[in-house]
Amino acid sequence: MMRFLLLFSRQGKLRLQKWFLPLPEREKKKIIRDMVAMVLARKPRTCNFLHWRDLKIVYKRYASLYFCCGLEEQDNELLALEVLHRYVELLDKYFGNVCELDIIFNFEKAYFILDEFLMGGEIQETSKLSISKSIEASDMLQETMEEYMSKPAF
Amino acid sequence: MPAVSKGDGMRGLAVFISDIRNCKSKEAEIKRINKELANIRSKFKGDKALDGYSKKKYVCKLLFIFLLGHDIDFGHMEAVNLLSSNKYTEKQIGYLFISVLVNSNSELIRLINNAIKNDLSSRNPTFMCLALHCIANVGSREMAEAFAGEIPRILVAGDTMDSVKQSAALCLLRLYKTSPDLVLMGEWTSRVVHLLNDQHMGVVTAAISLITCLSQKNPDEFKTCVSLAVSRLSRIVSSASTDLQDYTYYFVPAPWLSCKLLRLLQCYPPPEDGAVKGRLVECLETILNKAQEPPKSKKVQHSNAKNAILFEAIALIIHYDSEPNLLVRACNQLGQFLQHRETNLRYLALESMCTLASSEFSHEAVKTHIETVINALKTERDVSVRQRAADLLYAMCDRSNAKQIVAEMLSYLETADYSIREEMVLKVAILAEKYAVDYSWYVDTILNLIRIAGDYVSEEVWYRVIQIVINRDDVQGYAAKTVFEALQAPACHENMVKVGGYILGEFGNLIAGDPRSSPLVQFNLLHSKFHLCSVPTRALLLSAYIKFINLFPETKSTIQEVLRCDSQIRNSDVELQQRAVEYLKLSSIASTDVLATVLEEMPPFPERESSILAKLKKKKGPGAVSAGELEEGKREGGEVNGWEVNQQKSEPSQENASSLTTSPSPTPTAMHLSLTSFFFPSSLSQSTPSPSADLLGLRSAAPVSAAPVSAGSLLVDVFSEAGPAASTAGVNDDGFLRFVCKNNGVLFENQLLQIGIKSEYRQNLGRMYLFYGNKTSVQFVSFSTTLKPVDPLVEGGAQVQQVINIECLSDFSDAPLLNIKFRYGGALQNLSLKLPVTINKFFQPTEMSSHDFFQRWKQLSQPQQEAQKIFKANHPMDTEVLKAKLLGLGTALLDNVDPNPENFVCAGVIQTKAQQIGCLLRLEPNAQAQMYRLTLRSSKDTVAKRLCELLSEQF
Repeated sequence: MMRFLLLFSRQGKLRLQKWFLPLPEREKKKIIRDMVAMVLARKPRTCNFLHWRDLKIVYKRYASLYFCCGLEEQDNELLALEVLHRYVELLDKYFGNVCELDIIFNFEKAYFILDEFLMGGEIQETSKLSISKSIEASDMLQETMEEYMSKPAF
Repeated sequence: MPAVSKGDGMRGLAVFISDIRNCKSKEAEIKRINKELANIRSKFKGDKALDGYSKKKYVCKLLFIFLLGHDIDFGHMEAVNLLSSNKYTEKQIGYLFISVLVNSNSELIRLINNAIKNDLSSRNPTFMCLALHCIANVGSREMAEAFAGEIPRILVAGDTMDSVKQSAALCLLRLYKTSPDLVLMGEWTSRVVHLLNDQHMGVVTAAISLITCLSQKNPDEFKTCVSLAVSRLSRIVSSASTDLQDYTYYFVPAPWLSCKLLRLLQCYPPPEDGAVKGRLVECLETILNKAQEPPKSKKVQHSNAKNAILFEAIALIIHYDSEPNLLVRACNQLGQFLQHRETNLRYLALESMCTLASSEFSHEAVKTHIETVINALKTERDVSVRQRAADLLYAMCDRSNAKQIVAEMLSYLETADYSIREEMVLKVAILAEKYAVDYSWYVDTILNLIRIAGDYVSEEVWYRVIQIVINRDDVQGYAAKTVFEALQAPACHENMVKVGGYILGEFGNLIAGDPRSSPLVQFNLLHSKFHLCSVPTRALLLSAYIKFINLFPETKSTIQEVLRCDSQIRNSDVELQQRAVEYLKLSSIASTDVLATVLEEMPPFPERESSILAKLKKKKGPGAVSAGELEEGKREGGEVNGWEVNQQKSEPSQENASSLTTSPSPTPTAMHLSLTSFFFPSSLSQSTPSPSADLLGLRSAAPVSAAPVSAGSLLVDVFSEAGPAASTAGVNDDGFLRFVCKNNGVLFENQLLQIGIKSEYRQNLGRMYLFYGNKTSVQFVSFSTTLKPVDPLVEGGAQVQQVINIECLSDFSDAPLLNIKFRYGGALQNLSLKLPVTINKFFQPTEMSSHDFFQRWKQLSQPQQEAQKIFKANHPMDTEVLKAKLLGLGTALLDNVDPNPENFVCAGVIQTKAQQIGCLLRLEPNAQAQMYRLTLRSSKDTVAKRLCELLSEQF
């Protein structure tokens, strides 16, 4: 299973953090620090995998953002790269040409999309169509419900 | 879809985020945040009831502030209120807040659980999914208690929507990981397994993660999943890239599901059903074939997805370790990747080859890539790839290529990255020792190691070279000569001075005949380094000097002069001063006879496991042991992790032990404990304890009772037997006994035939795989065994496999016999071996508290229920090795039961068809006497007796 997923900028600003196992806050901060330092120090065109403690770290840079996740020993690194890619695709489809600002201003949406895709660190659904459909459905739900609720009551 | 329309509804939030982004300094940001926090607090405390929208907005702001890295200590209640809102977005934000800021406040958890309960029973799939996500995100014990019963029902109910099933499966997995005791699958098992057949690919993808985890824990109950998984895999592998619609990813059909299926199959041995196995082998072959086809897309996503499946398939092939053809193909495929232009593939190929190197079928095939790997070590630009290359060289090393590999690693060390130097040094040291045929090569290698990377040579490494030189008289002269030459260098590393001081102090006489290395030249050379060294090294040198006085009486006056000078005899360091005074006195009052006795040559060290190896494993941490070793560990019964943990846990106690028994200082004085302390008992209490001093065997105090040194087996490491250079086993009785505490290995080997064994046991049942390997190039004819019919022709170089099932009906003492007959070049060969099936194979470990243990111990107090033996240690008394053996025995090793921490206590139940037999064990080592007392108590007298016999041969 994936243990955590972090999104941070080239300046080391954290944009999204998802922990699939509960950890104490101090431990989380330590991991974030280590990951940012390790990944930002990598030279270009090096491989996307690292060992850190007993975890495999897989990271990839998309424009100004680094996507970085921690995997357990038996997980497949190449597939994890594609998990990151699929997540980027999902964000892209939702926001339309996604950029860092979209994730900053709509961080809650970034979380919701991730939740449709991964759960407990495992893949829940890989189909881009199904995920987009359920995200759209909940957006619809939001609109219809709000319309419904804002109608004057008798 | 434009961004704005999605994030709208909360303009205030967007404004706040902009404000934060516009802050010019950290202080400004904090100020802005504090202002906002004060605002939110007043809103929440205000008299006016907030509407849902405002609540949602403020909760969202709090979340944002938290994610910026600030602490949030309020707002939880408002978030919980949002959970029961009818508005989807409010509910959603509420759940998000709870998921991110879990708070174990029990009052709150009850409220949260209530809201979740309502949503789960709402039959609204969107709400149910939100609730399931929240459970999975928090995953606490309380939640497991509240929902572990309900979720399986949702998962298998016929009318549950697919999306909810997906969430339920993964949510259940999460709860199972936190609280396996609360998730009872029993009645649901078969319906959960059949989710593998579900029409909806998403449901299968989610469910298989759950099934894999459950299968690992309860393989028997879930074993029907094997054939289902194979047929599902076969359907995907053979499908065209468009068949699976949106589950095709960049022209690769269902890569995630394929990998998960292959991973699930790795929880089981190869399928027994021939048809299923055939189908699976076909799948694996198709996957390997596809790797050779031209890519359907140039996109990296396509090749990543395709190769992800390929690597997972190779992992399965390695796991089975029984299809030589597939193993060699896998190895060739990885060989191609070693030169691929994608760095990622080179990295993974190196990593994956490490595990292949430890399979007997593919070890040779891996070795053919040695030049490529060496090249990678030299030319890769990425340190993490170089690291993997070094790991692989280590894994593929055997007697045939050790010199080349060690030479390459040494030359790499000169430029190696600092981060991996220490580990490289340990690896070189281990390989040099493990494959040393000629010990002058070993000495050269270690001295080179000190020269090249002296700072990274830990104490273990230089202790070990001294141990070996002391124990092998054929290399002592050479060592003295080489170290003397090495010390001539103007700047030599302090570790070199230590080794030099020790070796010349012991064996300087062997080179003293040459006028270029006469005693005085030797002494002056050592003493020229003295002032540049640290206190412990100086202390060591002083001991070397007193040894010189004994070896070379002609140096006495010069050395006494040195000892007498103020910088020694009045040294501010109390240890140095004391040594100077004592040695000076000793050299002037003792007669030559006394001196010769006191300063006699060191006796050989007792043979023991190399702690360099232990250090390497400890250093890398449980998950990071090189894959090759991990694989070996797996074959030994998957206890690598436990072993690691034990090792770390026991570290403090080892230190205690060493500080209690003797002075752990690694200097010659300490080694001469029994001698110098006779004269100056006080001098030893001063020495500084060193954390890893145990290496030289000091813990077992006086090396006087040294065990006999066997020249061939200098390194007794617990992993070597399954290692690439598999042992050349001797006679059968010996072979038989070696299997008491382990299940896999080589049972028998002579010039013609090698018999390897793999076995597994569960309760009163067992399965044993026998591998008969023809070592010659000539065919064996009329090959037969008493066990089962087997193909009568065994081609030269081929291997035949036989599987036998074992059932333990009642307890037994005699091992079943295996007779093997075959004709080799006309001569009839007849072989009779004991099959290594012993009563302890049917142990189920039993954990119990100290109280329970002693109660049961007392209950088994009749004289015939106890068997006891006192015997001499046949192997070094290493705690870790003992623990590993006791675990290998099959019992549970109980901590904190015996009041004496040195003793070992185990408990287990032997499962036979007829009855269950409880057994308790106590092993009391006496390091001083090199003896053990072993006591067994069992409800059945014959069992206690037999176990006692078997075990007394193991330690």
